[in-house]
Amino acid sequence: MSVDSVGTWKVGTVTAVRSETPTGRSIEIDVPGWGGNLAGQHLDVRLTAPDGYQAVRSYSIASADATDHLELAVDRLPDGEVSPYLVDDLLPGDQLEVRGPLGGWFVWRPEQTEPVQLIGGGSGIVPLVAIARAHAASGSTAPFRLLYSVRTPEDVFFKDELARLASPTFEITWVYTRAAPADWPTKPGRVSHDILAASVIPAGDNPSVFVCGPTGFVESVADLLVALGHPAASVKTERFGGA
Amino acid sequence: MGIISRGFSGRSREHNPDLPPGQFLTTDFPVLSAGPTPRIDTDEWEFTISTEKGTTHHWTWAELMALPIEDIATDIHCVTRWSKFGTSWRGVSLDTLFKDVDTSYGYTMIHSYGGYTTNVPLADLMGGKAWIAFEFDGEPLHPEHGGPARLLVPHLYFWKSAKWVRGIEMHKSDDPGFWEQNGYNIYGDPWKEQRYW
Ligand SMILES: Cc1cc2nc3c(=O)[nH]c(=O)nc-3n(C[C@H](O)[C@H](O)[C@H](O)COP(=O)(O)OP(=O)(O)OC[C@H]3O[C@@H](n4cnc5c(N)ncnc54)[C@H](O)[C@@H]3O)c2cc1C
Repeated sequence: MSVDSVGTWKVGTVTAVRSETPTGRSIEIDVPGWGGNLAGQHLDVRLTAPDGYQAVRSYSIASADATDHLELAVDRLPDGEVSPYLVDDLLPGDQLEVRGPLGGWFVWRPEQTEPVQLIGGGSGIVPLVAIARAHAASGSTAPFRLLYSVRTPEDVFFKDELARLASPTFEITWVYTRAAPADWPTKPGRVSHDILAASVIPAGDNPSVFVCGPTGFVESVADLLVALGHPAASVKTERFGGA
Repeated sequence: MGIISRGFSGRSREHNPDLPPGQFLTTDFPVLSAGPTPRIDTDEWEFTISTEKGTTHHWTWAELMALPIEDIATDIHCVTRWSKFGTSWRGVSLDTLFKDVDTSYGYTMIHSYGGYTTNVPLADLMGGKAWIAFEFDGEPLHPEHGGPARLLVPHLYFWKSAKWVRGIEMHKSDDPGFWEQNGYNIYGDPWKEQRYW
């Protein structure tokens, strides 16, 4: 990364929007000169009102390749300033300013050979999808697992894509916190010590663990992982904000 | 000015001279950390300052509490774009802690429990600009926010205010710390929007 590639705002054009959940959508953007990003990185989006007022927020990147084509996914916060615009108002053909790629810590590189456990809450799945895509594209044989916590079955981002990525070397565990599918064996509830103990790659296998989502989710999951014996240094976190 | 976002009007309109560029006001206290929250007992807590002369000054929790304690009211600015006005803290000034420290080096590396590091020029820690803070809003500092004690250097972006602080090491040059190696600016002045490399 250099000041040139990160420091300047680039103009992207929205090429597609797709409703993912009742409150969220994915957005595809062409950004000439972007030049690719690592799996797990984020960017800043800048909106400008007609009177010059500007608002900037960070969004993780769901794509991880060397092209100028990006994918984001955004969840609408009821009283938010930027997310309702991105989810409800933005249309294909609209322009957006972006800056990045940003962040060199919450990333996965294809050279990594250790097992990887991904844990996402809500829209926190976005950088984890990028990591899962990079893993699949690289032909890496590192064992991968995903634990994805959502409120209800309707709130799943990238449902089809995750179904495609799932395989014996990429197991997915679903946790429903408010409402589970009709035939689901367990009652809805938050990610607990028991759920993590049963479904996360054990600490003894020395996995790298990536935890992403609302701040409260990340705090609680990261604490439980440490209690289960995962060294704090192998648990990387990305907190999206909120309580 | 950037390209106009069709249909975007935004929310806050008043220009606030206390708000650095690109920041927005929040009443929450969001959390930014790279990993799980370390939990450190004040019984085992220790704070050190070590110099190029091989000298290490150290303080236990009780020794820190015995030093002059200051009330600090300050605005804070996080690189993730929130700012919070008029936060209140209690802590010990770094002027107090550095009183007997003899060094000719001009830079510091701040070390935290959990392995986090951040670099700050010594001049930015001196002159009533930085503290080891252990109380926020009249309560002991919560672990999520860096308790039992964090560095507080509010004139720089808040990642410089290292949580779970355990020591300061004098450096000859301005070597990058953890976030500074991972994409964030070496100095981090919010008024100059020094966010990234
Ligand atoms: C590195 C990073 C990556 C991110 N990636 C994504 C992403 O891929 N997809 C995505 O949808 N969001 C992501 N976010 C969150 C995003 O940056 C915005 O915070 C979010 O869209 C809300 O912005 P807003 O302007 O709509 O709300 P604001 O007007 O900023 O906030 C409205 C209120 O909601 C609170 N709040 C802010 N964020 C959250 C939250 N996540 N949950 C609950 N309450 C919150 C605020 O404190 C405030 O009180 C990411 C954040 C970071 C730091």
